[in-house]
Amino acid sequence: MDTIFALASAPGRAGVSVIRISGPGAFPALTRFGLTAPAPRAAALRLLRDGDEVLDQALLLAFAGPASFTGEDAVELHLHGSPAIVASTLRILGEVDGLRMAEPGEFTRRALENSKMDLAQVEGLADLIDSETEAQRRQAQRVFSGKLGEVVQGWRKDLIRAAALLEAVIDFADEEVPVDVRPEVTELLDRVSVSLEAQAKGAEVAERVRQGFEVAILGAPNAGKSTLLNFLAGREAAITSNVAGTTRDVIEVRMDLRGLPVTLLDTAGLRETEDEVEAIGIARARERAELSDLRIYLLEPGEISPRIELRPEDIVLRGKADESGDSAGISGVTGQGVDALIARLSTYFSDRTSLVATATRERHRLAILRALGDLSQAREMLANPVYTEDLIAEELRSAIRALDSLVGIVDVENLLDEIFSSFCIGK
Amino acid sequence: MKQSEFDVVVVGGGHAGCDAAHAAARAGARTALVTLKMEGIGVMSCNPAIGGLGKGHLVREIDALDGVMGRVADLAGIQFRLLNRRKGPAVQGPRAQADRAVYRAEMLREMTSCPGLQVLTGEVTDFIMQGDRVVGIVLADGSEVHARAVVLTTGTFLRGLIHIGDVSYSGGRMGDNAANKLGERMESFGLPLGRLKTGTPPRLNGKTINWDVLEDQPGDDEPVLFSFLSKGVNLRQVACGITHTNTRTHEIIRENLDRSAMYGGHIDGVGPRYCPSIEDKVVRFADKESHQVFLEPEGLGDDTVYPNGISTSLPEDVQHDYVRSMKGLEQVEILQPGYAIEYDYVDPRALDMRLSLRDVPGLYLAGQINGTTGYEEAAAQGLVAGLNAAKEALGEDPVIFSRTDSYIGVMIDDLTTRGVSEPYRMFTSRAEYRLSLRADNADQRLTPKGIEVGLVGDSRRAAFEAKMARIGAGRAILDNTTVTPKQLNTAGIRVGEDGKQRTLYQVLAFPETSVVDLVGLAPDLGDLDPETQEQLRRDALYATYIQRQQNDAQALQKDEARGIPQNFDYEHLDGLSNELKSKLLRIRPSNLAQAGRIEGMTPAALALILSRINRAQKEKSA
Repeated sequence: MDTIFALASAPGRAGVSVIRISGPGAFPALTRFGLTAPAPRAAALRLLRDGDEVLDQALLLAFAGPASFTGEDAVELHLHGSPAIVASTLRILGEVDGLRMAEPGEFTRRALENSKMDLAQVEGLADLIDSETEAQRRQAQRVFSGKLGEVVQGWRKDLIRAAALLEAVIDFADEEVPVDVRPEVTELLDRVSVSLEAQAKGAEVAERVRQGFEVAILGAPNAGKSTLLNFLAGREAAITSNVAGTTRDVIEVRMDLRGLPVTLLDTAGLRETEDEVEAIGIARARERAELSDLRIYLLEPGEISPRIELRPEDIVLRGKADESGDSAGISGVTGQGVDALIARLSTYFSDRTSLVATATRERHRLAILRALGDLSQAREMLANPVYTEDLIAEELRSAIRALDSLVGIVDVENLLDEIFSSFCIGK
Repeated sequence: MKQSEFDVVVVGGGHAGCDAAHAAARAGARTALVTLKMEGIGVMSCNPAIGGLGKGHLVREIDALDGVMGRVADLAGIQFRLLNRRKGPAVQGPRAQADRAVYRAEMLREMTSCPGLQVLTGEVTDFIMQGDRVVGIVLADGSEVHARAVVLTTGTFLRGLIHIGDVSYSGGRMGDNAANKLGERMESFGLPLGRLKTGTPPRLNGKTINWDVLEDQPGDDEPVLFSFLSKGVNLRQVACGITHTNTRTHEIIRENLDRSAMYGGHIDGVGPRYCPSIEDKVVRFADKESHQVFLEPEGLGDDTVYPNGISTSLPEDVQHDYVRSMKGLEQVEILQPGYAIEYDYVDPRALDMRLSLRDVPGLYLAGQINGTTGYEEAAAQGLVAGLNAAKEALGEDPVIFSRTDSYIGVMIDDLTTRGVSEPYRMFTSRAEYRLSLRADNADQRLTPKGIEVGLVGDSRRAAFEAKMARIGAGRAILDNTTVTPKQLNTAGIRVGEDGKQRTLYQVLAFPETSVVDLVGLAPDLGDLDPETQEQLRRDALYATYIQRQQNDAQALQKDEARGIPQNFDYEHLDGLSNELKSKLLRIRPSNLAQAGRIEGMTPAALALILSRINRAQKEKSA
């Protein structure tokens, strides 16, 4: 029997959010947070940890089956109502073996199985379950619309084709079908995997949307980075002076960029230095910039090209335009070019949020990760002739099932349609 | 007027009818098999072959339940091939070419030698009714046969219509009359009827084929038989020939397309996509210049050859021309033209999982009348219908098969919940638990069930129990011997030094590892016979996958076990949308698992249905 979990209170900001876990793995799952189950039916205040990091101080309730809502062992986590805390907790639970997120109505179903509910109670809940189902359907529709919809349709097409090829050599071995479909199947699964991985990353970026995007400002020492930051932030956050290497550490300024939370990072100027403290600062600047969502590189007057390897989305600007008189440059002193920069940043980030926000749902991320695991098994087996097609097909079937909620249900009829339209089958 | 009385009457002596009648009799029912004529028993209307992928699985399952198809096919087999021999055991399917005459003779012998089974001849024209219940049949001569349950297996005979070119006439099969009166009678029940189509190629005179220029397709050197009880082949083994269509063949067909019954618009029925006529192949895959044609001998004492791959509804003169355009067939003589046949079928969603019509109590259907194609599909349904007809007649509990225990269960669930849009054929890809539903373990899956429900005779039971004892002994050695990676590497089995202790059963799951490789680690394994060793390997190979599917399978079994009464009151279930209500009323799922697979079904609706069942049960037991 699987152990299931779900947010039991309304999603979004609330005073308290309740996550409910039910099934044989409910108590053991708490070890993932560094905890053991408290005595049944006695509330306990505990620190929820993810490794060394404290996630939240939570109220824990344990119910030993059958004396619980579902009749199974069950745990309730009462968390502070922050979306970020809830999302992290759900993510961690999803990583525990044998645990999965509940489908709408699944808790009710288990309660019914264990005679914990009667018809009248179910009728009372039916509307709620229906609206939950409907909300998920709408969400799925949003996923299927627009750019991401095209991506997802691409997965569906490739997966059906790959499965159909494997099934064709299995079920129609005595017909005129290709003998070796492995190269094409491998190509299809590689392509889907790459795209799934990109999407999984995209979903992680979306996770960070709530906490804000990070923008690092890079450039040679004294290129005008701190001045620009101060202008953007409207206060003296970083110490600015004309002496090169003034900023020795990473300085953060959180600001609201046309409704989007953005954290600006001012970094130590990039140059060779013998000053040990400054060298550490530079190393840290590079490291932090590596992890940021977007980088602005300020060229100092006379500098031809940046001292870093550029990423496609990097913004390169000429700094200190007040001094150089460069009309295309930017200046934290006069504010020249700052509006244009803000417009550029907000367009970039709002594009990213609209694309990934729909895919942020933890359900989808977990589905993608499960599918990726199965696909990587399948790809490994495709490359090794000792693994027969029936086993590879099983891994692929498992991957497709994991993606049900995204690509829609893939049925044997879909595979047969593909087979009969591709190959001349039949004696 | 003659009158007789039985527990079960089976109408039709084809593949569905034979296994239905035999199963009913094995289950203890006094059974009559009614056929138009004795020679009609065990006739293969189409190709002279049994088994294949998915189909071979069905035959093994029939055999595991002590049915007749497998052992008759073994006696009649003149060429055995195990398909997918180089793929995993889960997708290997036994197949055999059969000698038609021997098949018929052996099947007739099974029917006439089965205790409790009587064969009657005559045309069934009507049912005897008691209220809305079928309680027997009326023959054309007016005689009545009374029974507690009737199994109808009409094949292509129900208002059958044969097409050759633009000529069409009534017939159940070439040379046999159609069952037209019975067709009208079925219509009067108000059942959802439809038309399906199938086709068959011209039959050739083997003496006029130039075999010398043709490629051979021999059988396997080590034949794999169908029946768990068969020890070896019965007849001399032969090879099939292979020829090909060519551009000239395709030209002839293309030039005459409008004269084909199918393309001339004479046929309304839907045909199977995996069994296309040669006209279809030429049209749909226009850029393909050649198609394979297998020349299958119909028997050792018979020169007739079945050219597998060129079924057709073209006129006879065109058939003559295109057949002779192929290599080796330049001088060939056609013994019987190919033809298409249309027939009535009943939408199988009108059936419950016993294959009993929900609206006509006492009447069971099996085979092509349920929208399927294939001898094996028919026989498997016959077994289920015959068994359950017997159970009903004897007042015993029905026997239901599950998607998790058999291909039989997969097929019946597919038919009764999804209906058909073309003649239904079994494929291994239809079984989501394919890795556990193997041809090699059909007996392990089903023989215990067969013993429990009284379907399995003493000799099979004894053989099965002895086999399981051997497997159990081997399994115990494998489970109880634990080895280190070092021991494995020393024994020549390459494994990473991960420090993991493994049981030999786990080691046996490594690809390309056999029991023989493990004898050095557990010498007792060497005492096991080769077949037991091989079966252990096949079981071990899939153990981890089967483990992984266990949660799913258990959840499904649980839902399948939650029966929904046929008269369940969906109308008065608050909270169900009208759309869902009408779907549920039409399909009337037999259990919660089937309800869950209905399109548009919601978790809330399932919860409502379940709680209503629970309440009804409580009230009943209170």
